[in-house]
Amino acid sequence: MALLETELADLATTIGRPVKLMEVCGTHTVNACRSGVHSFMPKAVDLISGPGCPVCVTAQRYIDALIELGRRNDTIIATYGDMLRVAGAGGSLEVARSEGADVRVVTSALEAVETAIKNPERDVVFAAVGFETTAPATASAIITAANEKLLNFSVLPAHKLVIPAMKALLSDPDIRIDGFLCPGHVSVITGGDVFGPIVKDYKKPCVIVGFGANQIMEGIVHLVRQIAVPEAQLENLYPEAALSRGNPIAQELIDRVFVPGMAAWRALGEMEESGLDIRPEFGKYDAVGRHGISFGEDREPPGCRCAEVITGRCKPLDCSLFAGVCTPIYPVGPCMVSSEGSCQAYFRYRRHELKSPMARVRVEV
Amino acid sequence: MTARYESARGRLPENPNPHAKRVVLAHGGGGQLTDELVEGLIQPRLGNVYLDAMDDSAVFDVSAGRMAFSTDSFVVHPAEFPGGDIGSLAVSGTVNDIAVCGAIPCFLSLALILEEGLELDFLKRILSSIESTAAEAGVRVATGDTKVVPRGQADRIYINTAGVGVMRNDAVLGVNRVQPGDRVLVSGTIADHGLAVMLQREEAFGIESELRSDAAPLNGLIADLLDSCGESIVFLRDPTRGGLAGVISDLAEQSGIHLTVDETRIPLRHETNYAAEMLGIDPLDVANEGKVVVVVRPEAEDRALSVLREHPLGRHADSVGEFSDVLDGLCEIITEVGGRRIVQKPYGEELPRIC
Repeated sequence: MALLETELADLATTIGRPVKLMEVCGTHTVNACRSGVHSFMPKAVDLISGPGCPVCVTAQRYIDALIELGRRNDTIIATYGDMLRVAGAGGSLEVARSEGADVRVVTSALEAVETAIKNPERDVVFAAVGFETTAPATASAIITAANEKLLNFSVLPAHKLVIPAMKALLSDPDIRIDGFLCPGHVSVITGGDVFGPIVKDYKKPCVIVGFGANQIMEGIVHLVRQIAVPEAQLENLYPEAALSRGNPIAQELIDRVFVPGMAAWRALGEMEESGLDIRPEFGKYDAVGRHGISFGEDREPPGCRCAEVITGRCKPLDCSLFAGVCTPIYPVGPCMVSSEGSCQAYFRYRRHELKSPMARVRVEV
Repeated sequence: MTARYESARGRLPENPNPHAKRVVLAHGGGGQLTDELVEGLIQPRLGNVYLDAMDDSAVFDVSAGRMAFSTDSFVVHPAEFPGGDIGSLAVSGTVNDIAVCGAIPCFLSLALILEEGLELDFLKRILSSIESTAAEAGVRVATGDTKVVPRGQADRIYINTAGVGVMRNDAVLGVNRVQPGDRVLVSGTIADHGLAVMLQREEAFGIESELRSDAAPLNGLIADLLDSCGESIVFLRDPTRGGLAGVISDLAEQSGIHLTVDETRIPLRHETNYAAEMLGIDPLDVANEGKVVVVVRPEAEDRALSVLREHPLGRHADSVGEFSDVLDGLCEIITEVGGRRIVQKPYGEELPRIC
């Protein structure tokens, strides 16, 4: 690590200007903060978090619709745990549950299907959030439901694709990013080649890395080496898991059930071909049609800067709500709720960097 | 008394009396069936001069001085897990709470809340576990109570124990005594209990592991420590819920003194760490039931460490941190790779990660 640290400092001096790197994966965000990777960074090199946390990029309208659906008597909401405490217009799923809504935390989409099999008299709706990593599991759940001829299972889809989000950030003149630490888990599914256009069309270095502190640090050094040349290449430092063409079985599952479509993102808004729509032949498993869901407007919580945080415009520490009004116990925005959110990672591991006395607010448990 | 209970079962061999196999509501009703439960199952295992008196209260003599008094309720699910069960936990938990205050635990109360339909064989196992753990700790169950609730209104068994202990004169413990330079020791591998229990649950993805809970009474270990180091021991705490992170962040915050912890020195089993990674949980946040965090003056560090390591429950003890002279109340950890970050008290339910 000391060698990497020295090389990074030397490269930063050579480059002679501030360098902004972005990690686009919630697990990278958390592991970097948790292992203290930031303490190795020279002042001129900044590692910022991108839209890599599935819960954080989920549009407010989706959260609101999910909570409203949860309040219906005949419905069971099956959700990943991280969604539970995200605040919507009428409270969170956790609040709805305390008021009697049947909300079950599942660790996989198939568990949601099992819930439907065990509760034939109830309608089970699975909140399908996540990137290419969780989409194959949702696809597999829908196929299982179809094979089992289940009539009481549906999916409220909010899957997102990583590449369109990266392109959107690069097209925004206000956001200057010099290189990407590419998400390891996503690459395992999609293959490393999908980052090719980022390198070719946008001339930004991309390095695919695993999740250990050493790997993250190595990825940072490889990015900064490219920037120092300067050049833009796709490097894969996670070849043991992320093949260049990815996992064909997972891709086939996605293709069979989904088709790229318009998706609404927090902060990035609506983008064509940035999400996954359920194909018409599996239409009866789409909760939107099945339950006649109409999405409302995306109203961000007042004062919350999550939208800026997930686009790298500001850091959690820059938000005036951080650690004072907004804490993991009383979260205002999704980045503080999710265990992969950058606000929560900063709160847990880097709160001491906050200059204001609010950093000393006691966390009541 | 055992004989009477066994004979009640033996009378109906052809048509098994359901009362004899499972707990029924009447077992908690205070009538003959309650007597049968107490006299047949509980007293043979836990009986002693105080309990056998069967008075409404246990009456005992106390020495002059101060006492420590603590209570804890146990609702662990599942009730049996590798390395222990709700019974060993209920004894260890209260004994340890008393011992870390610098007291010698003497008496426990035992209140059982049983779900209708509970298998009596299971209850016997739990009671035997209470018996052996109490014997290990050298404490006696002086008074108790049994209630039965209708099926579905409890998860098999809940236990409350309260305990009293006599304060040692040579124990002067408190976070207000912590000074810059003091060392922080941990008596053994962390996170074993919480992860061993979590891996037994349905949502644990069927991860197989050799992990065992560390549930154990620590009063013997703590007595050795205080006998040998006396007032050089500044503070003791068992890192149960909230884990080591909860204790070390509290120590820094409440003392107002910066605490630097070396992650590489924290005793952690390879398989525990692996299970934590699989579940997306920080081992620092996970509960322990047989470990103690010790703050000791620097000159007594080596002695305390060797006392801990000589005890069977402290073989993996290590010195993990040191209070500096910076008065910012933060606990900082130097990570395995040499990075620096703060340690924060966990804030509640750990949720499974999704990506």
